[in-house]
Amino acid sequence: MSAVNWFKYAAPQTFYVLAGRWIPWLYAVAILLAITGVYIGFAMAPTDFQQGEAYRIIFVHVPAAWMSMVIYLAMAFWAAAGLVFNTRLSSMMAQALAPTGALFTVLALVTGSLWGKPTWGAWWVWDARLTSELILLFLYIGFIALRASIDNPLRADRAAAVLAIVGAVNVPIIYFSVRWWNTLHQGASINMSSAPKMATTMLAGMLVMALAGWIYSIAVALVRVRCIILERERHAMWVRQLEEVQP
Amino acid sequence: MAAILIEIVRRDLLLAVRRSADVATVLIFFVVVASLFPLAGNPDPVVLRNLAPGVLWVSALLACLLSLPRIFAGDYADGSLEQMAIAPQPLSLLVLGKIFAHWLVSALPLVLLAPLLGLQYGLQGEPLLVLVAALLLGTPTLSLIGAIGAALTLGGRGGGALLPVLVLPLYIPVLIFGAGAVVASQAGLEVRAYFLLLGACFLLSLVVAPWATAVALRIALE
Amino acid sequence: MSKLTVEHLACVRGDRLLFKNISFTLDAGELLYVLGDNGAGKSSLLRILCGILIPEQGRVHWGGQDVSKDNEQYRLDSLFISHLNGLKDDLSVSENLRFATYLAGEDNQEVNVNRALDAVKLQAYAHERVGSLSQGQRRRASLARLWISRARLWLLDEPFAALDTASIAILAERLRQHLQAGGMAILTTHQQVDIQAAVVHQLKIA
Repeated sequence: MSAVNWFKYAAPQTFYVLAGRWIPWLYAVAILLAITGVYIGFAMAPTDFQQGEAYRIIFVHVPAAWMSMVIYLAMAFWAAAGLVFNTRLSSMMAQALAPTGALFTVLALVTGSLWGKPTWGAWWVWDARLTSELILLFLYIGFIALRASIDNPLRADRAAAVLAIVGAVNVPIIYFSVRWWNTLHQGASINMSSAPKMATTMLAGMLVMALAGWIYSIAVALVRVRCIILERERHAMWVRQLEEVQP
Repeated sequence: MAAILIEIVRRDLLLAVRRSADVATVLIFFVVVASLFPLAGNPDPVVLRNLAPGVLWVSALLACLLSLPRIFAGDYADGSLEQMAIAPQPLSLLVLGKIFAHWLVSALPLVLLAPLLGLQYGLQGEPLLVLVAALLLGTPTLSLIGAIGAALTLGGRGGGALLPVLVLPLYIPVLIFGAGAVVASQAGLEVRAYFLLLGACFLLSLVVAPWATAVALRIALE
Repeated sequence: MSKLTVEHLACVRGDRLLFKNISFTLDAGELLYVLGDNGAGKSSLLRILCGILIPEQGRVHWGGQDVSKDNEQYRLDSLFISHLNGLKDDLSVSENLRFATYLAGEDNQEVNVNRALDAVKLQAYAHERVGSLSQGQRRRASLARLWISRARLWLLDEPFAALDTASIAILAERLRQHLQAGGMAILTTHQQVDIQAAVVHQLKIA
């Protein structure tokens, strides 16, 4: 067997074991960070004199919105790497990131509308950021739906990669166009991030929460990659010999 | 290079002529959808004029979408597509020819019909001209981006709904700039920026789409 | 002169390993029959050889160059007729043939097209829509490319299917000429058709 084949087939195997070892630690760090972030956000940060306590949802909303965008880019990156270098693990990584990205997008949308009600008196306003998040959710759904429509996982990897790349090229354009549209139709353009004055503790809270989201995403993506590896390599000898798959 | 491009456009146009009913259906769809909005709401001329840019653009978008599967589905089913994939010419070039033919057959008639619908909505003078010009510049982008989606859904189990889910979010910038141009013109504002943005979208998709479509087609043929 | 070199091909469709470790070389004037049951992977092998399908393992070389890369020379030198005929129902036989040969980078002069249609006895149908032809006639229309093509390597998937005895004889004769002139051919078939060639290989896929 040549070196290329070794890389192709054995890499998921070593990765499977390695990821299994990391996951508990990543979860632990994510939980610790989340607790710290919540503490800073809900106990230490001062009450906003304009918005009262309602503004505290930004400690979930803003990190979730950040994560939703970062994960889309990471997903597109891994998908593209899988397409170009034909490395299976990269494509699995992209597949594993998609649901988490979609989840953070939904979280950003829900918290945004929860925040909107007390602030603007409406559950939904066509704010540039919220609208962009909504479109991002559509892009995630497209990626997941396209994957689901193709039976052969390797073909699905490659088709979804093309879509992710095209999507990643489009994201900045969409974002720009939505902002452009929003500034033209004044009315519902209250800017979320500038609403409460940024105190240092607030910024710290958001950063810690974002870090927690980051580590959580890595952990949960690794869990999913392990499942995908088991599913795809179920006929491989090493999978059959694993302790956890024994009846 | 140019010769094969002309040849493939000629072939697809010939095929479209022999199947002219399909082309007509898309046009009729455009008219029907655009005519539904006044019926669903208020036919007051002022309200209609406000609705016009958005409604006409969305109708054109949907009509474009309807015709997308036809770009490659026939060639995929009868084996012509695999012959294109193994031809000495680059597949992306052949794809570009097919996209251009698709635009001529499915999108250009919409553009030409748009003034008529514009009049129904009480658009006159400059806004009407801007509508037609914006559609003329925007619809090629729709065909280019749509081709990627059409190629990606080829041979999958997605059914008819998958293609719109993939493609519509990517159409949003064109929709915003295209409809925005008409709105700006109605308000008596400068529309040059909109056309520059539409042109930029077109150029970018002209670079990305044929390549992405060719990659997607090769994946579909595997 | 270029030759076709195939090394250790393996093909997986879905979860199933269709074949592995297929190796052979094909030289000028040689013919290769690919035999095997339905679903054994004959068509997949041909699709790998023409560069549409990427093999799980192994390589296909034409004159020392990998065929799966953008190999323009190989695309010019090879011709693939799959079980799909690659004909548009709404175009006439001659329109189809002209486009197909144009696409393959070959001479699509009216004269050549007429000569090819004459050879497969479709002259009378030249201006008929392909959609109105029978299965056998469509197959012949598709195979008419062999009378125009200057490709050296022919990859034919079940060329004799749907053909009557007379047409089979015509095709066998064309293959003989091609091989005699230094061409090569790989065909999948169920029927044993006698084709005279300097070297005849058989490859059985189990």
